Amino acid sequence: MKHTLSVLVENTPGALSRITGLFSGRGFNIESLCVAATLDPTLSHLTLVTNGDRPIIEQIIKQLRRLIDVYKVVDVSEGEFVEREMALIKVRAEDETRAEVLRTCDIFRCKIVDVSPKTYTVEVTGPESKLNAVIELLCPLGIKEISRTGTIAMAREKKTALGRS
Amino acid sequence: MTEMAGRDMVIEALKREGVDLIFGFPGGAIIDVYDALEKDGTIKHVLVRHEQGAAHAADGYARATGRIGVCLVTSGPGATNTVTGIATASMDSVPILVFTGQVPTGLIGNDAFQEVDIVGITRPCTKHNYLVKDVKDLPRVLKEAFYIARSGRPGPVLVDLPKDVQNSMGDFEYPEKIRLRSYNPVIRPNAKQIERAFELIERARRPIIYAGGGIIISGAHEELRALAEALDSPVTMTLMGLGGFPGTHELSLGMLGMHGTYAANMAMANSDLIIAAGARFDDRVTGKIEDFVPKAKIIHLDIDPTSIQKNVRVDIPIVGDCRMALKALLDMVRDSGRPAEAWAEQHQEWLQQIETWKARHPLRYKEEPGVIKPQYVIERLYEMTKGRAIITTEVGQNQMWTAQFYKFDEPRTFLTSGGLGTMGYGFPAAIGAQMAFPDKLVIDVAGDGSIQMNIQEMATAMEQHLPIKIVILNNQFLGMVRQWQELFYNRRYVATKFEMTPDFVKLAEAYGARGFRATRPEEVNEVLKKGLETEGLVVMEFAIAPEEGVFPMVPAGKATTEMLLV
Ligand SMILES: Cc1ncc(C[n+]2csc(CCOP(=O)(O)OP(=O)(O)O)c2C)c(N)n1
Repeated sequence: MKHTLSVLVENTPGALSRITGLFSGRGFNIESLCVAATLDPTLSHLTLVTNGDRPIIEQIIKQLRRLIDVYKVVDVSEGEFVEREMALIKVRAEDETRAEVLRTCDIFRCKIVDVSPKTYTVEVTGPESKLNAVIELLCPLGIKEISRTGTIAMAREKKTALGRS
Repeated sequence: MTEMAGRDMVIEALKREGVDLIFGFPGGAIIDVYDALEKDGTIKHVLVRHEQGAAHAADGYARATGRIGVCLVTSGPGATNTVTGIATASMDSVPILVFTGQVPTGLIGNDAFQEVDIVGITRPCTKHNYLVKDVKDLPRVLKEAFYIARSGRPGPVLVDLPKDVQNSMGDFEYPEKIRLRSYNPVIRPNAKQIERAFELIERARRPIIYAGGGIIISGAHEELRALAEALDSPVTMTLMGLGGFPGTHELSLGMLGMHGTYAANMAMANSDLIIAAGARFDDRVTGKIEDFVPKAKIIHLDIDPTSIQKNVRVDIPIVGDCRMALKALLDMVRDSGRPAEAWAEQHQEWLQQIETWKARHPLRYKEEPGVIKPQYVIERLYEMTKGRAIITTEVGQNQMWTAQFYKFDEPRTFLTSGGLGTMGYGFPAAIGAQMAFPDKLVIDVAGDGSIQMNIQEMATAMEQHLPIKIVILNNQFLGMVRQWQELFYNRRYVATKFEMTPDFVKLAEAYGARGFRATRPEEVNEVLKKGLETEGLVVMEFAIAPEEGVFPMVPAGKATTEMLLV
């Protein structure tokens, strides 16, 4: 099962390496990892996608919490959550395929962010599944390069007036 | 607030934390701290002969006293030489603090002379570590380092000190208290969980307490004993737990696991409730995990949440200090008003069953005329020292025979490398213990292989006038590996036979120590007596049966009830 963990860590040198070292040293998987600043300059935010069964995920979370630099760990995939990833895809766009690329972009609401005589560079944002779908469709047309950000995620707020359960 | 140089801050922090003894080995990158140490003049320094020895000595000091052990080494090779010692301390949750010199900050990353990324190297085997790049951070880092090493589940902390930081001036304000938002170990056990645990205890007919090193670390031996006696429940211990419950107590089943007693392993397998206290269900204890304690419910007390539900499914997890948790359980037992006889009656059948197991296969060995049996040496050592010594061991058969045949009644009297199984640990650890307790009898039980891994520390012991007694059980083999080859590799003794071994008696004499040797069983008593009575550092070598094995033995990967017996 795939899990998306949201981790707040002290913004200290070595903190990221402690986390990646924990995963490699204990044989856990990292599918994607995103690191960025937060509003508090002393903390960094990490979104980490991993997989494993219940006990493994539980162990991963506990091991993360045990690291001295880790402030908070939340498994956002436990409840309802929003996840997004962005990709830049440079795809071959010559006479016969140019229209096809544009059509695909239109359907998936992608943006063309760079144009050359022979290529389009497409920006696509959405859950990982959407990115995969776009990539699959563009593939036969000739993808020259892909750059992906990895997933970021956030738990959804409760929508009812009843508050937190 | 006072202004001082980084090197003096280190010394000042040591003093404020009550450190009066450190182990180390100097070099260019730490020379300034050494200079500050000498100028201050209040902290005793023990100069070792190899930095691994310094780390193990600090570890032995910490295990014997419960206080933090400190060592001081230079950059590069000095730092890397401590790594085995750090990993050893990490696996057994021992609080040590390692200060390493580092090249000046401006040179870091340049492959400077004797530069090594020791913080990177030790990240997975320290509880935490620091590279201090600015003297402004030093007072806080020093305070944190002590706090982290000692609190929660203790462990080694390393502080890397670039040479320019040692020599920069800064304000020294040592924080009195400390709060780290990202580090808050749970100490107080949850009361609801304690209640739920008690409900299981109330119903159990075949309980067993499985006690680990956490008992000793948290100082819970009295609570453990009181609980066991109140419940009339048997107790088994891990290698790290020995001494946490009196080995001579009638409720003690001795050690469990790979080389545990028959009674302990049978009792675990047949129990209906395991109360695991400060133990972590290590593979040497569980054997084949699928067959481990099929019938039992499990209560698990541990300060480290990652130890719980890691290897086995636990019914009642209780995170917190082991001593507080046992005390809380004991209070519940007492408050329940249930009379002692009621507990005794509830467990009577079970205790009888255990007596049968004990009687059927006690720890034993075959005597053979003319050959010294190692178990006999340990038995005699136990009797002659009346069980009062601090015993360290090396690793291998010597370690297991000691764990089996020396009965430890007191905590912190058995110092051994459990988790990492580090050959070469015992002797430097004995140096640390003897430095802490100059008047106690400190003995390292060694194999002829392990003792050679840190034999150079004989010079340290002589220099410090330490009256350590070394018992070498010489089987001319790397015995434990040989035993595996005998049993599981069709007696193919690959690279386990020493074709050359030094004359340990002469070696002792070369260092200015005394040496005695026994080659026949009749000589064992005399050599032990002479050796123990002789002042100063003594080596006692016993030429033991070369192919003696350690039994019982659970072959790796087998269920713990599938023991090979004598
Ligand atoms: C540093 C290190 N290297 C290798 C081993 C693997 N090992 C475990 S026991 C053992 C044999 C130890 O021989 P010795 O010290 O003579 O003790 P004995 O088993 O004969 O009592 C070895 C090589 C180890 N535990 N530690």
